[in-house]
Amino acid sequence: MKIIVLLKRVPDSEAKILINKEGTGIREDGVKFVINTYDEYAIEEGLLMKEKVGGDSKVTVVCMGPDEATEAIRTALAMGADDAVHIADDSLSNPGPFTTATIMAKAIGDEEFDIIFCGKQAIDDDMAQVHCILAEMLDIPQVSVAIAFELSDDTTKATVSRRIEGGDEKIDTSLPVIVSCDKGLNDPRYASLPGIMKAKKKEIRKKSLADLGFSEIPGGGRSRILKWLPLPKGGECRMVEAEETPDAVRELVRLLREEAKVI
Amino acid sequence: MCIELTEEERMIQKTARDFARKDIAAVVEESNRNGVFQDDIYRKLSELGFMGMTMPEEYGGVGFGNLCLVLALEEISRVCPSTAIAVSVHNSLTNHIIFRWGSGDLKKKYLPRMTSGEAIGVYALTEPNAGSDVAAVRMSAVRDGNEYVLNGSKILISTGDKAGVIIVIACTDPEKRTRHLTAFAVEPDFPGFSIGKIEHKMGMKASTTVELVFEDCRVPASNVIGKEGRGMQIALGSLDGGRIGIAAQSLGIAQTALDEAVLFARERQQFGKRIVDFQATRWKIADMATNIEAARLLVYRAARLRDAGRACSKEVSMAKLFASRIANEAVYDALQIHGGVGYTEEFKIERFFRDARVLEIYEGTSEIQRIVISKKILEEYEQMYLA
Amino acid sequence: MTGDILVFGEIRNGELKKVARELVYGARTIAAGTGGSIDALIVGTGAETEAAKLASLGVRNIAVVDDEATANYSSEGYATVLADLVREGDYGYILLGATAMGRDLGARAVAKVDGVMFSDCVELGFEDGACIARRPVYSGKLYVEIAPTGGRPVFITIRPNNLPPAEETGDGGEVTARGAGIDLAAIRAIATEIAPLAGGRPDVTEADVIISGGRAMKDASNFKILEDLADLLGGAVGASRAAVDAGFAEQPLQVGQTGKVVNPKLYIACGISGAIQHLAGMRTSKVIVAINKDSNAPIFEKAHYGIVGNLFDVVPVLTEEIRKIL
Repeated sequence: MKIIVLLKRVPDSEAKILINKEGTGIREDGVKFVINTYDEYAIEEGLLMKEKVGGDSKVTVVCMGPDEATEAIRTALAMGADDAVHIADDSLSNPGPFTTATIMAKAIGDEEFDIIFCGKQAIDDDMAQVHCILAEMLDIPQVSVAIAFELSDDTTKATVSRRIEGGDEKIDTSLPVIVSCDKGLNDPRYASLPGIMKAKKKEIRKKSLADLGFSEIPGGGRSRILKWLPLPKGGECRMVEAEETPDAVRELVRLLREEAKVI
Repeated sequence: MCIELTEEERMIQKTARDFARKDIAAVVEESNRNGVFQDDIYRKLSELGFMGMTMPEEYGGVGFGNLCLVLALEEISRVCPSTAIAVSVHNSLTNHIIFRWGSGDLKKKYLPRMTSGEAIGVYALTEPNAGSDVAAVRMSAVRDGNEYVLNGSKILISTGDKAGVIIVIACTDPEKRTRHLTAFAVEPDFPGFSIGKIEHKMGMKASTTVELVFEDCRVPASNVIGKEGRGMQIALGSLDGGRIGIAAQSLGIAQTALDEAVLFARERQQFGKRIVDFQATRWKIADMATNIEAARLLVYRAARLRDAGRACSKEVSMAKLFASRIANEAVYDALQIHGGVGYTEEFKIERFFRDARVLEIYEGTSEIQRIVISKKILEEYEQMYLA
Repeated sequence: MTGDILVFGEIRNGELKKVARELVYGARTIAAGTGGSIDALIVGTGAETEAAKLASLGVRNIAVVDDEATANYSSEGYATVLADLVREGDYGYILLGATAMGRDLGARAVAKVDGVMFSDCVELGFEDGACIARRPVYSGKLYVEIAPTGGRPVFITIRPNNLPPAEETGDGGEVTARGAGIDLAAIRAIATEIAPLAGGRPDVTEADVIISGGRAMKDASNFKILEDLADLLGGAVGASRAAVDAGFAEQPLQVGQTGKVVNPKLYIACGISGAIQHLAGMRTSKVIVAINKDSNAPIFEKAHYGIVGNLFDVVPVLTEEIRKIL
């Protein structure tokens, strides 16, 4: 079984994100970049499927990002992925979902695959679109926000649970398929020390846009960001105090009913 | 010498950090409150390769250097300093001694079991009248055919009750001046071995400290490490590794002290403002952070020197002396910033305050480090004048 | 391309989701700029009956698709239906709820028509001939205002509970049934069943009221006191990551960076200190109440009302007091 995992390098979830001086994006200096949180579930699910099916199964990581993204790729290889394609091109900065999907479709088109796993969204632009657009371009089905993935014994089908409002939706899908992964799908393994050792020898195939046959950035020019806005400052908190707790609670209930009008 | 970490070193650091913050953190309160050595944590650490990280692949290790071990110990100590003790002793003393001085057979017999974590390595040197003074070891080992018979006891032995392999330094010939000691690899099920008193300590409670009792304990002669009479050389030759481990542990404790102090000072209000906005707090934070940075440079550099195969006893002692000192200052100041609640078990700093004290004691007291450093310095000056 | 707007009305369990009315409100903002009309598409079992709920909101045409191929949700089937109608009506704007269905279907459909999509928007405006959408980025740590550069259909998913529901105008729209335009057999991935979450409470992303518990809940069984209050108010129970990691609550209830982003009218945080990752998931709630015994907990910086006290003392009294007035 050939499995592809899509990877993105994003600011650490704990990082403080500030708008740059020009107001055209975020300040990157001092921000730690890591593997996108949800992509870790994708890597783990890929490795689980590889282990389950066995034989000549293989997990290939596909990552689009700057040269510095090799550390994220290397971490995925240390977790157990077999090899990687790294699409890096100086002309690519903050590509939109169509640009990313078009380039990835081309890169993936050159690979064999049965399943593509990716994170449910990247925690930088939070679009959650690439996997759907990619699915359409590759003409395969998609399942978004998976929390359980079960491969059929003959490895031609899968049953996937995805989280929806108020329940879990079960989806039957044929393979090949692209599945976006949510927290809860699995418990991503650590990159073990032997894994880190082995990762050094694994191949990362680096590709530029020209290598993939693009003479210019595809899929762009669809939207523009007009403004970057910080979060509105929180209002003053009104502390409800009283000698006895029940009195404070009664006052709170009055405020919620009469002032805030929410109950 | 560059102190910037390589990609590989950052990855090792990240694995150690993630594991400590998730798996160790989940049990840290319980294990330190009830004095529980977490077998499960060591099993997982072994699976991730941490129990053989500096050993070559042929013995089931990963072949990383001392700096990688330092990074791992620092991250583990940020969450649970006691957990780092067994990892440090196992890697920097036991594995190292068997690998460096043991016979080929002994390496094949023990290293695979140790790198896989099946057997936890323990180091037994200290006696009631010997410790910093290695030469004073009096536990006796008498040759009897193909065996040695060990008699006496070792005290304050970390993780002694969890041992798979114990390196014991004993006296084989009281008459010889420097060749009177011999190192043995002892297994806990050898006849005549038993666990004595279990200590109740001030801190480091998730690591056990016990007395080991040897009553006509019979050890095969093939379990002599190196040759008979090499014990002193082995004990002195493995000091550096053990000390770097404690220096790394100190970094972790100091860093957590700073983290906790800043976190607390930003939230706690007194006299209408956050205490982080008082200059007295700011100065403490600046001093702590500067000391930690300086200590980290010393420790990482000492580890890099050791990895390069250079003589580094002076640098290692400086790193251990300084890092253990500033760790104690950091927990002191951090607890002071916490005020009264810092003295309660509700806050992490109380545990780190207790854990820090031993840093200046074990693996060579601060006084011993100063002796090593000054001796080396004076030697350097003498060489200058001679030249 | 026209200035007309198509609103996608989502059906779950045979009922139109309430976000549809909020979408119509958003559509009116755009229509005021483009001068276009508002149409709607409702797909799924019960579409025809539910269409009435939109008809009185001044929607011009309501296309309903209730076909064998659309009885169960599929990205491919629903996206085909939507994309076909977008091409046919030459719509300039397509609005969907930022729900599990809307996000999945919208992104597939936008690929089919080679458009552009803005996800998870919280506000809409119209300036210089184009719609401007405000959306959170970096897990809600910043917002951007984004506009299309023109010439392509613009898909916008809007988070539930952000826009007010459109008011009735009394105008009756025309309901037209149409075929799915796709064979069931051609669909490769399709929903087979929905297992509802235990408890029968609304999902945190859709609830008007959320009662959330943190590490201070101490035990899973203590969530009972939050459930009692949530049930009284018809709300959902939420949890911080610390509470989920400690095993006190199930992951679907988690609010925050690696959980759900919520936007209820009332969010009551009980024993939640307010880590930045948690705040990222709930700070846009209309009214936030914090109950915490630590008066310095960062949650109070984001809260509108706060009570310093032990949640086990406060919450049961709160439930009783509210019960008295309801």
